Amino acid sequence: MEFKFLEENLQTIEQILKKYPTKQAAVMPVLYLAQEQNGWISKEVMLATASILDMNEEDVFGVATFYTMYHKKEMGKHHIQVCTNVSCMLRGGYQIYDAVKEKLGLDNGEVSTDKKFSLEEVECMGSCGTAPMIAVNEDYFENLDKEKALQILDSLN
Amino acid sequence: MEKIVLPEIENFHQLDVYLQNGGYEAAKSAFTQTTDQIIDTVKKSGLRGRGGAAFSAGLKWSFMPKNNAKPKYLCVNGDESEPGSFKDRQILEYNPHQLIEGTIIACYAIGAKSAYIYVRGEYHKWIKLLQKAVDDAYEKGFIGDKMKETFATDFSCDIYVHKGAGAYICGEESALMNSIEGQRGYPRVKPPFPAQNGLWGNPTTINNVETIANIPPIIKKGWEWFSAIGEPKHPGTILFGVSGHVNNPGVFELPSGTLLTDIIYKYAGGVIGDKKIKCVIPGGSSMPPLRGDQLEGVKMDAESLKAVGSAIGTGGIMVMDEDTDLVRVLARIAKFYYHESCGQCTPCREGTGWMLKILNRIVRGEGTKKDVDLLVTIAKNIEGNTVCALGDAAAWPVKFMIERFREEFDAVVKDEVSLEPKNKVHSLRHTANPIAPVQG
Ligand SMILES: Cc1cc2nc3c(=O)[nH]c(=O)nc-3n(C[C@H](O)[C@H](O)[C@H](O)COP(=O)(O)O)c2cc1C
Ligand code: SF4
Ligand code: FES
Repeated sequence: MEFKFLEENLQTIEQILKKYPTKQAAVMPVLYLAQEQNGWISKEVMLATASILDMNEEDVFGVATFYTMYHKKEMGKHHIQVCTNVSCMLRGGYQIYDAVKEKLGLDNGEVSTDKKFSLEEVECMGSCGTAPMIAVNEDYFENLDKEKALQILDSLN
Repeated sequence: MEKIVLPEIENFHQLDVYLQNGGYEAAKSAFTQTTDQIIDTVKKSGLRGRGGAAFSAGLKWSFMPKNNAKPKYLCVNGDESEPGSFKDRQILEYNPHQLIEGTIIACYAIGAKSAYIYVRGEYHKWIKLLQKAVDDAYEKGFIGDKMKETFATDFSCDIYVHKGAGAYICGEESALMNSIEGQRGYPRVKPPFPAQNGLWGNPTTINNVETIANIPPIIKKGWEWFSAIGEPKHPGTILFGVSGHVNNPGVFELPSGTLLTDIIYKYAGGVIGDKKIKCVIPGGSSMPPLRGDQLEGVKMDAESLKAVGSAIGTGGIMVMDEDTDLVRVLARIAKFYYHESCGQCTPCREGTGWMLKILNRIVRGEGTKKDVDLLVTIAKNIEGNTVCALGDAAAWPVKFMIERFREEFDAVVKDEVSLEPKNKVHSLRHTANPIAPVQG
């Protein structure tokens, strides 16, 4: 699928470039911008990013694939991230993860056929003191138990 | 007890409230002093880095070359991805201006015209809060060109917020710089150290968010005041994040040297259900775990923890009660380091995968005594043999958990080595069967 940065995003990129002495340094924020526009980082997105930042394509590929928050495939409208790292695990993180998996019928990294949900088992999110937690897209939900986590899923549409 | 980094003042995160309480006065005073004076004050204060290694902040600043025409940089490390650590987030939310003011003072002291505050990508909300504070500070003339007027100085600097994208390794200082440069977050071989060869090859200082947030009060109240708080060798307050099996988890700002048992029982409300403690990891998941019967009298500062065979790390205290399955905990820790290894060094890349595979086998009840020994051997072969300290961070929990809790492992493994060749261990990356998650 073709990808072109929207006019307004091109302007934002101009602003981003002012923060760094090199164009390449803008690659992370520009990839975020592209992900926002396109929903995920496709090969076309990487190519467009490389061209706009005068970067080698392979360097953009390297960055896009190194960092887990750039989605290399289309994720669900609600990207559910469940932390199972130690502090969450000690307070029921895996119960939540198992319940969410069952409810959505998804395994780690999978996307539902209607593209409404995707699931990711994530590493520590910095909510250990308010564990266990899940994140839905950019939002954190903390101090959960299995029931509350499932209620959150129910409330999403 | 006085709070230095997280004062209990309502709406302190707002610029006007911060100003009403003496905000940006430290910066004002800093610009009346020479950079040497400031570095000297920070050195004498005894402030040590809060990002893990507890290195003297003033000493680090003094490594920055003076008569060097190259641009200089400051990186403020808010990657905060060490499991059990959730303190810098509090500063971003409740006291961003003190962080910004500290950043300004640090820039001035080391001669940096640009600072990048690197915040982990998952902290969307906190990045927005920080960016808002930065924007407000720009608008009021505390950062950027206008600061020359505001502070009656000829110095100015810019502060940029850089958003990470989900890689623990970018908390490692050289990986962080590569990440800002727009590369994969691969740690660099040291030397050269950042003060000589950092961002874009220029002199660079990297400090943790909490370290920098301590700077304005030190400048304002003097090093004598700061150095008298807590343990003399590691003075000041520390943000202790307590998580796990406690009644009242959270972040507590307390003087360094506070008793670990006081933090757990007085501040964090004790153990849920009044159970006994089996294990405490005192400084984030990379740090050697302590036994429950080893906690009496342990003080929370770098030297005291070293003396009992652990380390202060990020001050993230993870409490595990007597019913905790430590084998599963260790398997989960191993999974984290396997996931986060950047893959540059063979011992770390392969060793973390082997350790996880063996631990998962033990969790499934298929491990043998030899497996437990093998884990220790692998850990020892990673430790000290890698480009960055993630290798050690992966090795220590395995090595010390087994050393200190051997009975937990022996209880779930078989004596006999099975004759079936189940123990095939080879490179796990790029295989069709990625490692199964820790069994829940
Ligand atoms: C694998 C790894 C991850 C790290 N993550 C962080 C981090 O998230 N935040 C941090 O401040 N320091 C982190 N550090 C330590 C930094 O490399 C660096 O020592 C620190 O930011 C220096 O700041 P300080 O002297 O103020 O503590 C990490 C180190 C390693 C080896
Ligand atoms: S020790 Fe691990 S994380 Fe660090 S550079 Fe080597 S492979 Fe990468
Ligand atoms: S362990 Fe889940 S947020 Fe830290």
